[in-house]
Amino acid sequence: MADPMRIRAQVAGDKATVRVLMSHEMETGQRKDSAGKTIPAWFIKDVTATHNGKQVLAVQWGPSIAKNPFLQFNVKGAKAGDKIAVTWVDNKGEKRTDEATVA
Amino acid sequence: MMQTRRQALERSAALAGLLGGIGLLPQAAQAAWNAAAFEAKSLADVAKALGGSAPAASGAVTVTGPDIAENGAVVPVGCASTLAGVKQLMILVEKNPNVLAAVFDVNDAVEASFNTRVKMGQSSNVYAVALTADNKVHFAQKEIKVTLGGCGG
Repeated sequence: MADPMRIRAQVAGDKATVRVLMSHEMETGQRKDSAGKTIPAWFIKDVTATHNGKQVLAVQWGPSIAKNPFLQFNVKGAKAGDKIAVTWVDNKGEKRTDEATVA
Repeated sequence: MMQTRRQALERSAALAGLLGGIGLLPQAAQAAWNAAAFEAKSLADVAKALGGSAPAASGAVTVTGPDIAENGAVVPVGCASTLAGVKQLMILVEKNPNVLAAVFDVNDAVEASFNTRVKMGQSSNVYAVALTADNKVHFAQKEIKVTLGGCGG
């Protein structure tokens, strides 16, 4: 099981700024190990976010996103106390969901 | 930045090639992860697949990032758009093995402004591309110089 995400959601006017830091290797499939074999690609493909259970964001990523990915987005109409949940799925089918409360 | 008409047209054609080759033109908004789009490898591969509406440089799309990135493994890049009816925002790195880095689906509940971090193998142009509901393509570009590549091992 992957490490938890760090999610911070802060109200800024009539919207909330959400910053997510995921813990993931994001291997591109381009690199080789010391024996010269290609390290297989392993990266997050899909990220979705929900605001109080309603999906607000869908992102598709390729292998060129940096290791331990960062994502920032703004959810309109979010208020303090609302729940923001973020889910990622990688190309091995692993997934993780974490939730944060808007502050 | 001053641009001649010729330069602007060349940029537009180059981007059309990139986008055409990765299967995002003329239709887009695939629900599933677009494997073909993310596997597009080179300008040569994609140039033959020209099609769809010509991408137009637009002041309503912005790409943010450093002028010089010391470490290509972690380059903070943002894209934003003030256009009405944006369906998708994309980040492309021209000289990466896979040019497409990220696709953000835009809807009413979320602002058309995203930040993330990408890897860059070498100095390259980075594009922010906005696809609107009427299948028009707008883009902005920025050159980011990398002093240490992020895709080597």
